[in-house]
Amino acid sequence: MSNYFEDVPLGEEMHLGQHTFTAEEIKAFAVKYDPQYFHLDEAAAKSSLFGGLCASGWHTAAIWIRLTVAYRQRYEAELAKTGVKMAQWGPSPGFKNLKWLKPVFAGDTITFTGRRTEKVDLKSRPHRGIIYALNEGFNQHGEKVFEITSSILVERRQPYQPKDGA
Amino acid sequence: MQDDAAAAGSRLYWEDLEVGRVEHFGHYEVTKEEIIEFASTYDPQAMHLDEEAAKHTVAGGLCASGFHTCAMLMRMLCDGYLNASSSLGATGIEEVRWMKPVRPGTVLSVRYTCTEKRASASRPGIGIAKALIEVLDDKGEVVMSWRPVQIFGRRTVEGEAVSAS
Repeated sequence: MSNYFEDVPLGEEMHLGQHTFTAEEIKAFAVKYDPQYFHLDEAAAKSSLFGGLCASGWHTAAIWIRLTVAYRQRYEAELAKTGVKMAQWGPSPGFKNLKWLKPVFAGDTITFTGRRTEKVDLKSRPHRGIIYALNEGFNQHGEKVFEITSSILVERRQPYQPKDGA
Repeated sequence: MQDDAAAAGSRLYWEDLEVGRVEHFGHYEVTKEEIIEFASTYDPQAMHLDEEAAKHTVAGGLCASGFHTCAMLMRMLCDGYLNASSSLGATGIEEVRWMKPVRPGTVLSVRYTCTEKRASASRPGIGIAKALIEVLDDKGEVVMSWRPVQIFGRRTVEGEAVSAS
């Protein structure tokens, strides 16, 4: 068990957890960060393209990062018990292909999963590698509502050495 | 409310977006309290939660969660033009890059460049627009960039529908 770049397995499904978006919470987030009427007002939202009060896409993303951070912290706590040396995770240089595929309506429960898809060596930073993961959110009807390809810099056990110096 | 604005002819429609035009707007003061509040709820990592503990992280000091910076940008976009536009939301963001940590006391602003426009093939009433949206700090340096895919209502639905058929 280790969380160094070299030791992180690809392909395993990670069950990040789920969250139910209440109308109150949707509106509280939107008032502060995304005050568009379809996130603020039930009646007005009914006549919008979405057809009902729905969460800001950034609210959905914020819940995903919350569950992802909690997942990693649980894993690190388990790892800490074994007494092994811990690799440093983070920061993230950004992400790709964030998709809001369907609205997240008030009352919806979204279940998030993730799968690490790729590890990339960095010539510019031999002590770190980038790990990509495809993360998805599904509503209670089994419909995919959210997708994000995340990336994070992870400490290596051994500095990366390009094979031929090319 | 939206219809009133439309009747007054003051809304920004898809037709009004011009590829290559650069707009600079927005003003958001990042506070320590808000950084910690957002992080406590959504991104509870040491670098976003505690000034002292943050010094010992890769960030070297307290900084905003990247998703907090996204949320602050979203607010600047709403206030800056989206709420006075025919915006119908966004289908997603092709790429987000975090270039620099956002520290307490920083004043953020937005540089918006429309990069691409196309009419929706399936829905004559709407148009798609792509953009490069950058968040600048008070030194004018880019701290974050987005490449979103946005949807806007069109002003001239009938004319397009006819010419497209």
